[in-house]
Parts: sequence; C-alpha cells; structure tokens
Amino acid sequence: MDFANFLIQLLNSLQYGLLLFMLAAGLTLIFGIMGVVNLAHGSFYMLGAYLAWALAARFGNLPLAIVVGSALAVGFGWLLEWLLFRHFYHRDHLDQVLLTFGLIYIFEEMRSILWGDDVHAVAVPEAVSGSIALTDNLSYPVYRLVVSAVCIALALGLYGLISRTRLGMKIRAGAFNREMTEALGINIRLIHGVVFALGVALAAIAGMVAAPLSSVYPGMGSSVLIMCFVVVVIGGIGSVRGALVAALLVGLVDTFGKVLLPQIAGMAVYMLMAAVLLYKPEGLFKQ
Amino acid sequence: MSTRRLVLTRSAALIGAASSGLLLPQIVRAQSDKLRVGFMLPYTGNFAPLGVAIENGFRMALNEQGGKLGGREVEFFKVDDESNPAKGIENAQRLVQRDKVDVLVGTVHSGVQMGIHKVARESGVLNLIPNAGVHIATRAQCAPNVFRTSFTNSQPTLALGKAMVADGRKKAVWITWSYAAGDEAFEGFEQSYTAAGGTIMKKLSLPFPNLEFQALLTEIASLKPDAVACFFAGPGAAKFMRDYAAAGLNKTIPLYGSGFLTEGVLDAAGDAANGVITTMHYGDSLDTPVNRRFRLEYAKAFKLQPDVYAVQGYDTGLLLIRGANAVKGDLSNKKALYAAMEGAVIDSPRGKWTMSKAHNPVQDIYLRKVEGKQNKVVGVAQKAVADSGAGCKLS
Amino acid sequence: MSTAKAQLEQLPRAMQVLLALGALALAAFPLVPLEAADFYLQMLTQMMILAIFAMSLDLLQGVSGMVSLGHAAYFGLAGYALAFLTPADAPIPLWWSLPLAAAGAGLAALVIGFFVVRTHGIYFIMVTMAFAQMVFFLFFDNKALGGSDGLYVNFRPDASALGIDLENKTQFYYLTLALLLGIYLFLRRLLFSPFGRALAGIRVNEHRMRAVGYGSFGHKLTAFTLAGTLAGVAGYLWAAQTGFVNPELMGFHMSAHAIMMVILGGMGNFAGAIVGAFAFEYVMHVFKDLPAIGGFDTGKHWQLWMGAFIVLVVLVAPRGLLGLGEKLLKRRGRASE
Repeated sequence: MDFANFLIQLLNSLQYGLLLFMLAAGLTLIFGIMGVVNLAHGSFYMLGAYLAWALAARFGNLPLAIVVGSALAVGFGWLLEWLLFRHFYHRDHLDQVLLTFGLIYIFEEMRSILWGDDVHAVAVPEAVSGSIALTDNLSYPVYRLVVSAVCIALALGLYGLISRTRLGMKIRAGAFNREMTEALGINIRLIHGVVFALGVALAAIAGMVAAPLSSVYPGMGSSVLIMCFVVVVIGGIGSVRGALVAALLVGLVDTFGKVLLPQIAGMAVYMLMAAVLLYKPEGLFKQ
Repeated sequence: MSTRRLVLTRSAALIGAASSGLLLPQIVRAQSDKLRVGFMLPYTGNFAPLGVAIENGFRMALNEQGGKLGGREVEFFKVDDESNPAKGIENAQRLVQRDKVDVLVGTVHSGVQMGIHKVARESGVLNLIPNAGVHIATRAQCAPNVFRTSFTNSQPTLALGKAMVADGRKKAVWITWSYAAGDEAFEGFEQSYTAAGGTIMKKLSLPFPNLEFQALLTEIASLKPDAVACFFAGPGAAKFMRDYAAAGLNKTIPLYGSGFLTEGVLDAAGDAANGVITTMHYGDSLDTPVNRRFRLEYAKAFKLQPDVYAVQGYDTGLLLIRGANAVKGDLSNKKALYAAMEGAVIDSPRGKWTMSKAHNPVQDIYLRKVEGKQNKVVGVAQKAVADSGAGCKLS
Repeated sequence: MSTAKAQLEQLPRAMQVLLALGALALAAFPLVPLEAADFYLQMLTQMMILAIFAMSLDLLQGVSGMVSLGHAAYFGLAGYALAFLTPADAPIPLWWSLPLAAAGAGLAALVIGFFVVRTHGIYFIMVTMAFAQMVFFLFFDNKALGGSDGLYVNFRPDASALGIDLENKTQFYYLTLALLLGIYLFLRRLLFSPFGRALAGIRVNEHRMRAVGYGSFGHKLTAFTLAGTLAGVAGYLWAAQTGFVNPELMGFHMSAHAIMMVILGGMGNFAGAIVGAFAFEYVMHVFKDLPAIGGFDTGKHWQLWMGAFIVLVVLVAPRGLLGLGEKLLKRRGRASE
C-alpha cells in the first residue's frame, strides 16, 4: 500500500475508533461510578439506530431526528435507572449480568414488535452527502468526517463536564466515596440517574450518528457490545481516558488487520487484549 | 399428614402432571389423509423477506392447481429457522419427527441447509431446496430424496468471467463475505475468469455479516484493477454499492457481481447501483409470456413485486405438483416420485429448465445491467449452465 | 463489591427424595410408549447434555464464585475436536476420543485460565467473555476450521468396546444419563473434599484464605481447568448427538444460557444445575410453541417472554428454583409443628 492509502486507512481507523469510544465511554462510566455491569449497552446502540431511522422517516430530516432521539434516549435512560437499575447497585455482579441479559432479549423483541426485523438504510443528510477526492481514484465521504467531528465534540464535552463543572465534581466525588458524598448533603441518587442517562444517551447517539454508515439491522447490538467490552478491558474499567486510548488502538488493529492479515483479522483485537492483560491485568489506565 | 408423605404424594402427582405436560408442545393433529408440507424458512432476521417470498411463490403454484397435490388436500407446518445454523438440526427435526411432514421445503441460508441436509439424509424425507446454494447438497453429499430448484453458489459466477473479459476487464479484484456462499461464488468466478484469460489481482474478504467496507474499499483503490467482481446479497449488497459510489470508485472501476448483488435492493441502493452488471438465472424484466403472467398474478395476490426468491418458491411448487401428480398423491411411492421429478421440464418464469443428475437445475444464466432502479436483462450470458455435481453418486 | 452468599449446599431431605424420583423418571422415560417418542428422546438427551454443561459451570460459578461469560468456548472446542477427529468414512472409538476431546478442552481452559484467573470480579466476567469471542472468531473466520457454516460430524462415535451402539437413540440416551449421574456424584464428592472446601472458602473470602496459607491462584486455576474439561465432555456429547458443530456453540449466547440455567436451578449444589437446565430448556420450548393470540404471534416473540422470565427469576428467586423450594419447605416444616 502506498503512503496516500496508508494515511486514508489511518483516517478509517480513527473514525471507527472514535465511534467505539462513544460506546465504551458510557459503559465505563456506568461501571466506574455505579459498579453496574450492563450487558444491554449494545441494545442502547441498536435502539438509537432504529430510533434515528424511524424518526428520520417521519421528519424527513436526520439531524432533527438525532436531536429528538437524543432527548428520548436520555428520558429512557433515566426511566430505566429509576425503575430497575437503581435496585441492583448493591447486588451481585452475577445478578446484574443476568438481569441485563434478560433485558437484551426484551429490547430485541420490543424492537422487533415496534419496528420489525428488516434491515434498513438511513440516508445521509443532503448537505453532507458528498465525497472529497483524496487520490486520483478514491474519495472519502464527508459524512464520515462529520461523524468523527461529532464524536470528538462529545468527547471534549464529556471531559469538560467531568473535570470542569460542579456536576462533574459531584460525580467524581460519588465515585470516590459514596457515603461521604451523601453525608455532605449531595443527592447521590440524582447523580446516579444523571450518569446512567448520560451513558445511555452516549450509546444511543453513537447508534444514531452511525446509522447511515452501518445500516440498521437486528444484530447490531451484540456485535458492537463485544468490541465495547474489549475496549473497556484494555483501557481499564472506570477510566474514560483509557477508553479513548483503547478505542483508538482497537480501531487501528481492526482496520489494518482486515487489510493486511484477513485470516486473523477477527482475532487480532483479542490478541491485543491478551497482550495488554499480560502486562497490566487491570487495563492500561487502572482507576 | 407427615411432611414426607406429603412430599411423596405431591411429587408423584407433579411427575404425572409433568409427563403429560411434556405433551403440551405437541400440536393436535388432524387426520392423516392430508399431505403434510413443512416450511423451514427464515421468518425473522435478515432473510425474512426471502422466506416470505418463497412461501408466497410456493402457495401460488399450488393454488393455481386448485390447492391440492396429487388430488390430496394439503396441510402446512412452519418453523422459523432464524437463519441460525446452530439450531438447524433441531428445527428440521421438529418438522420431520414431531410434525411428521411428507415434504420439507427449506431453506435460504446455506449453514442451516447443512443441518436440514443431515436430517433429510438420515430420515429419507423429501427435501426441496428453494434457495440455499451450498454446493455439497448436490455434489458429494447428494441424495435421491433431495432436490434443489434454485442454483448452486457458483452457477451465476460461472457465466460472469467470460462476460467481464469480453468487456475488456482483464485484471480484477474479488471481494465478498467469507462464508460458504461467498467462497463458492468465488469458485465459479475463478474458474470462468481465468479460463477466459483474466487475472485475479487479489481476493478480499470480510467476516459475514460485517457491513464496514471502508478499509477494503481503500485497498481496492490502491490496487487499481480494471474491474471489481463481488458477491453480496440483501441489504449488505445495497450498502456495498452505496459505499462504493461514495468512495468514488464507480467512476473509474466498474463493478460486476453475482446477480444477488442487485436483487431486491435497488430501491435501497438508489443511484449508486446504476451501471452495475450482474449475472443470474433470472431477471425481473425477462420479456416472456410466462414471466409477464407470473409477475402480474403475484402482484395481484400479494401486493408485492416478485423477485428471484418468489420464482424459486413457485418452481418448487411446480416441481412438487409434477411429482405428486405422477404418483397420485402417494408420496411413499418413492421410485416413481423421484423419477417424475428428475425428468421434469419446468416451464418457469426464468425460462425452461431441467434437473441435472445430481438434482440441481440446468438453466440459462442472463446478463443484466442496472438502469433506473431496474435490472435490465441485456442478454443471455451463457446457456444451459450446469453445476459440476462433482462427487455425486446418483446416476 | 457484593457480599458472597452462602450457597445451598446440603439439600433438605424432602428435596433429595424428589430429585431421586426425578432421576428414576428419567431412567424410566424410554420405556413409556409415546407418539413421536424419538423426538422427545432426543429432546431429553439434549437437556441432559446441557445439564452436564451447567454442572461444569456450577463448579466455577456456584462453588468457586467465578462468573464466567465464556464457558461455552470449552463446550464448543470439544465438539469441534470430535468433528475434526472423525474421518469422512468411519466412526472413531469413544473410549479414546471422548477423553481426548475433553482433555483438549481442558488444555484450552488451562491456557486461557492462566490469563484470566488473575483478574477479579467484573474484569473476570469481561475477559472470559472476550477470550471466548476470540475462540469464536478463530473458527468463524477460517474456512479450514469450518468457517461460519460449521462442520459435520459424519458418524457417531463407536462405543462397541462398551457394548453400546450410539446410533441407537435409546442407548445414546442411557449413556448420557450414566455420564450425567456419574459426573454429578463426582462433583458432589469434590464439593465436600478438602479441595472443594478450599474453593468454597475462596468464594466467601479470598483474602482470608490466602492469609491462612491457601494459594488461591492454583486452586482457582485448577477449578477453571476442571470446569473446562467437564464442559468438554458435554460438548463432545452434543456434537455426537446432533452431528453438527458451528461457531455459535462457543458463542456469547451459549455461555449466557449456561449461566441462566445454573442460576435458575440454584447454585452450589449441582442438582440445581441439572434442574435449571431442564427447566430452562422446557420453558424455552413452551414459549416457542405458544399459539398466536388474536393475531399476535406470541410464539415468534418467545425471546420477549424469555427475557421477562429471566428478569423475574432474578428479582423473585435469586437462589433459583431449589432455593425457592427450600424456603417453601422450611415454611411448611414450621407450620406443621
């Protein structure tokens, strides 16, 4: 491969990695702060994608659909936390695994009942549907650049929220020592609700934004969930910074693996994980 | 009453109830003078529209003959195979052992077909394959009771190579999903393309059903071939064509493929599909009286446009009718039943076709080009293409 | 983290009687004349194979407290071993292929366990899942290993050395039943052996065990390997029975199903794993066969009922069916005094 194509593959890796980061960030936050393992995280991604498709079909406008969908996702996440997850923070991890696995089934079927089982395409908005010519025969779709930009913006927003705002300060305090934080008069239940809703929203927005790129299909939740877990394991549970680094690493390995070593492309990411675990059993950026 | 006695009596009652409860999943059976047809098709998941189309076509063929097979009423049983190979054998056995069907019509996904094939060979039930093109079912593992009415995965691409070289595309890159259908499609392409003088620069693949083509499209651009040949089907095919166009590759590197690339997905693919050339054993725009009538009747009955899967379902019905009529509904007369089906000439919407010795269609493969969201049949790519049937011991 | 639960290790007398009756019913089942007997025989054989799989996971999860989301990898590997060992034209003898396949699965468990057993809690869950996915993709992506469409097992193994013909469904059933009971008794012995007690102690409080001098890594790795080997026995039987293996056998869903079976029955006593396997499969069959109610295809959406069922079990019966039964019996016992 020549240099131009190498750079383009780097761009591809970056875009994939950033999307993975959005998902992994939500998962690692929820776990780091509330100690809940949530297998249904991939389902939020899928729900976001289907929501984008359904709303875009109704409004005829993808950006509007994404805004409305995000609001719905936040509400849904809040409701889910209040109704169900709140009661599981102190339960066994096993119970959490089981509960969230049951939820996967329920979400899949709700999706099937509400929106059917077909695969759907979501149209890229007109304004960004062009491509930029990068070499004499290859163009890069503008929308993929937009997706990367959105992910970067959200990542920066997340960073700003957690480290520069009072809410972020409370979140970090609650993660560090829950009882003390409560004793200081901070409504920890509210914080947990916010964090959970945020995690759900991140996953759903990732799904919505990626819908034109990956199409909307029934199995999309589970395929992304596994990758998400690998990213969180490599990066270190609870560390958003770790999730970013790990996501970019995974993006690189996956993209170049597909092109250079297709035989082991599927396994390559797991080999990376095994290698990281050998030296750092709790991930790169242990909390 | 002491606890022990209580437990013993209660448990005896429970076991009695449970063993009759075991009978709960059974379906209450009707009288056995009805002929039982079992559909094992995907009714959920990616291939659900195909399953529905196949069943529609089959029923249409039956209804045109008054809804009876060899004079007998028909009772239908259905199992959703979910395109899940892990449950293939279990699902097939529900139809064969529990529902005791006389005919098993299925299925779409080649991996699931392997499961059905095992059950069919062991039980001897008549199995009609309305789609799955996995080679082995009509090659090394062919069986007297298994008939295919669709195609083998390599048949469409066997006709593709020559067409590409005739267009002057001497260097090509092949891309597909790495699963049986993709690998077998490649077999046909490799055979015909190299025989016609073409060179395959590189063979690219990605895991099924992955839809992230970006890295591989970049690789194609860097290789600069004369053309790209591929096998994709369903929504993945539409996405591939859209991504191909979004990467600007369609302007400099023409895209060819096995016909499934453009079957049923042209609405989803939009303008990205214009100019794509494919080969297949059917084309919607085939201008024959049989096809025109079929398309009209199907649209009237199901309010949907038919596709190649509906045609295959229809032909499955026609084949079974031929066989059942020959034995006057007595499917246990296997020798006559098989002989009738082996010798059948099916007057199908795709054209007339016959059964090969290994029980696979011998059929014409058409050349199609996408123009304005339609597959226009531009000619016959190759006549009477037969699968090799290598290793089959039926004669 | 959460406090470790004391498991239901010794079952109340009444329950033991019930379970013994159940075993008798299983033994007697092939003698009952039923229509479609073949179908039910196969269904029960499959349930028994899954019960063995569940018991192997119970050793890991219920006894040692290690929640593995990747246990199906060993199940599938042994099945694939049988598929590779069996040539196209003849069966292979059971007496060496079964131990070989199980040992292969055990070896994989040993290697993966080496990486995985050093992690704890949520990490353990995630890495076991990730490693199982790695094995899944190894087979899924490589045509040489069968690829996504899997492999046939051309012949059932030859058990003539034991005087059994495995092509006969009833004899296969009895072989499976014998293995099920044998493994159950073995595991019960293990549970109350010094090794088993050490594992239980590690589950309850690992630090304390280490303080007292038990090397927990060695114990946990041994348990992981043993569990993998037993899962291999189940996987071998599955491949022998269905005649077909594919990567889904090693997948995430299979592992999750095993966890559910163990929880549903009640962890830590192995009888619960058996009960859970049967109950889970039965419930799944019932849901799949639900008739359509007023135009709504209830059976098609069986996953919805299954999901709700799982959530219900977690909320209402955290100790599983046997735990529920034990509670009921205690209440009944107190009432009759």
